[in-house]
Amino acid sequence: MTRTWIILGATSAMARAFARQIAERGDTLLLAGRDMDELKALAADLSARGAAGAEAIRFDARDAKTFAPILRKVELEPGEINVAVFVGSMPPQAQIDADPSLIDTVATDNFSGPARFLATLLPVMEARACGTVVGVTSVAGDRGRIGNYTYGAAKSAFATYLSGLRNRLTRAGGHVVTVKPGFVDTAMTWGVEGMFLVAAPEKVARAIVKAVEKQRNVIYTPGFWWVIMTIIKLIPERIFKKLSI
Amino acid sequence: MLWKTADYAGWGRVHTARGQIARPERAAQLAQLMEETPAPAMGMRRSYNDSLLNDGGRIIDMTRMDKILAFDPETGVVEVEAGMQIGELVRLFAPRGWIPAVVPGTGFPTVGGAIAHDIHGKNHHVLGSFGQHVLSVTLLQPGGGRVVASPARNKTLFRATMGGIGQTGVILSARLQMIATPGTSMRVKETRVENFDEFLALLDASTFRYNVGWIDGTATGAAMGRGILEEAELTDGPQRRALPAVTVPLDLPSFALSAPTVKLFNAAYWRKVPSRGNVSVMPIAAHVFPLDKLYDWNRLYGKRGFHQFQCVVPVENADVLKQIVAKISRSGLASPLAVIKRMGEGRAGMLSFPMEGYTLAIDFPAREKAEVLIAELEAMTVEAGGRLYLGKDALASGATIKAMYPEWEAWAAEAEKADPEGLLITDMVRRLHLRGTA
Ligand SMILES: Cc1cc2nc3c(=O)[nH]c(=O)nc-3n(C[C@H](O)[C@H](O)[C@H](O)COP(=O)(O)OP(=O)(O)OC[C@H]3O[C@@H](n4cnc5c(N)ncnc54)[C@H](O)[C@@H]3O)c2cc1C
Ligand SMILES: NC(=O)c1ccc[n+]([C@@H]2O[C@H](COP(=O)([O-])OP(=O)(O)OC[C@H]3O[C@@H](n4cnc5c(N)ncnc54)[C@H](OP(=O)(O)O)[C@@H]3O)[C@@H](O)[C@H]2O)c1
Repeated sequence: MTRTWIILGATSAMARAFARQIAERGDTLLLAGRDMDELKALAADLSARGAAGAEAIRFDARDAKTFAPILRKVELEPGEINVAVFVGSMPPQAQIDADPSLIDTVATDNFSGPARFLATLLPVMEARACGTVVGVTSVAGDRGRIGNYTYGAAKSAFATYLSGLRNRLTRAGGHVVTVKPGFVDTAMTWGVEGMFLVAAPEKVARAIVKAVEKQRNVIYTPGFWWVIMTIIKLIPERIFKKLSI
Repeated sequence: MLWKTADYAGWGRVHTARGQIARPERAAQLAQLMEETPAPAMGMRRSYNDSLLNDGGRIIDMTRMDKILAFDPETGVVEVEAGMQIGELVRLFAPRGWIPAVVPGTGFPTVGGAIAHDIHGKNHHVLGSFGQHVLSVTLLQPGGGRVVASPARNKTLFRATMGGIGQTGVILSARLQMIATPGTSMRVKETRVENFDEFLALLDASTFRYNVGWIDGTATGAAMGRGILEEAELTDGPQRRALPAVTVPLDLPSFALSAPTVKLFNAAYWRKVPSRGNVSVMPIAAHVFPLDKLYDWNRLYGKRGFHQFQCVVPVENADVLKQIVAKISRSGLASPLAVIKRMGEGRAGMLSFPMEGYTLAIDFPAREKAEVLIAELEAMTVEAGGRLYLGKDALASGATIKAMYPEWEAWAAEAEKADPEGLLITDMVRRLHLRGTA
């Protein structure tokens, strides 16, 4: 069966690495995002790497008017429809403290925008009784930490949403993979203080491809983050509230 | 957060730098950088020396600019952003019948780095240097100017850019003419070579399109200059299974590559090839990028790092090369990594390394004794009318290099035109005083 992937936030280095790996096996790609010049260049790159088709299309998580044209386009593709959500933004917590309206944009970029898009796509996937949703959240969503709890809260909301969506889509024959990366070497972390054990985007992308193939529900990537987060989640709140990790 | 302050180094790790690094992920970001805060570029840092360093200043890491912009399966012409790695081109296009015309001894270098040092490969005697297969380059110059140069258009700029150590602008993208390959394999013939004279004779007589010699830099007496000649052709034959990749997890202590260890290793390695020779078929990458399965192997040399001495000596002065090898062998300082190759005359730029002759490349752990030896080898290279490679040398003086590269003044003039304020100057350009302002 032919496979089409909508990639939301295709300009992220993590998304690019993922898109390249699925392009090499001949899938069709719809690259959605805000930077059209870059998305067009990426479409050429993915075609040259073997994608059956690759096209750029506008998507802004903060502008729901951009959602419908993507749906119209993807409905014309035969076979399996899949979607991978890489959209996200992480302004420093201090910036959010100075301008609390950023809480809305962080929530929109990391949660409500993608969730709204997925809600409109859901009937199409259910009708075809197949397809996978990949949702990239973060280890930051596992517990609210002093350094980035607004971002963490939005990621946590998205993870919860994905869990419910999995419940729903599974019944129709589809699947949802929740991806919780640790630190990844992308534009988001470049030059940010306090990064450690930073993984290459290609490595994270390989883990995602594998998780899709194996129909995993939730993955931590790299895998050792499961251990780190299990420990962090076990710390009692009365101690945790005094820590600055 | 666009700039990150970090320590970085070339492959040999003798010279290091600390400075601000930007790593654009998109063409628009790179264009903005070159307009507002121009800086030199670096690729995968596979040059051994200070050619990619800008200590105390800024540098642009090009490794994320690695998209294929266009590919024509009929002609094998590919246009890529400069951060594309050579090995990735081999991996992607060999199954479709094309590979880069010139590949170095590792797959990690970027197209930008390959152009900036006008690199050579095991087929230099047949196809010349990397720059000779570049159809055009797009440069971003300080201030934001965007210039296309090719052998027909902006000719002088093109010749100053091939091998031009990044001084004529940051290379955004390049169009490359690849060569056809019948398959994804190479048939490799290995021959034991008894001594130096036999080596040169066999290299001269080789009819293969790819050839290179591994030379035992520790053998003395009658065995001086012995080694293994590897000759290869592209083929579609079946392959051995590829080995998994491994990482060197830490810096090894200095005794790991001490003289007795190396001598033992080299002798065993030489005997590995039976006296009647050996033929095998393997993936292209397994032959052309032999060490790439061992990531970070430079850490085998420990924290102090190492030097690679690489010279080329004209054919008629081959006897000086023989003296060079004899001197290295007597010194007991060589590491197992030493190669010899016959070069053709192909070169694409004013500062290109190749000349018709024999090239020798050999690694030495960075110790004072080795640096004294390298200075002597440098003097012998000068005497032979030869050249040192700007992608490797970390010790020479400006006067020596300028004498070896007779076109350097014309090159420097072109670099001044492209970068009048000297914003692209690197540590190596400063060390060698290669530009007026440096
Ligand atoms: C194991 C090994 C084997 C090798 N074998 C060979 C060989 O067989 N033949 C050979 O010729 N070389 C060989 N080399 C050397 C290597 O090919 C060159 O040093 C090459 O330039 C490295 O490319 P890079 O991308 O790592 O560039 P870097 O080392 O990061 O940079 C090299 C130079 O290129 C400039 N540069 C990089 N990108 C750009 C850009 N986009 N625009 C403008 N300037 C740029 C930098 O400023 C610098 O001057 C070998 C190196 C190793 C480690
Ligand atoms: N890097 C890490 O350590 C890390 C760790 C855990 C999770 N993550 C998550 O991984 C995902 C990928 O991030 P990254 O690290 O690759 O960083 P990135 O390069 O900043 O990627 C973020 C992506 O989101 C897009 N985006 C942001 N706001 C948008 C909006 N309103 N509408 C449409 N697209 C929008 C960006 O597109 P534009 O090109 O239009 O800006 C970009 O493609 C994100 O969800 C991030 O939160 C990252």
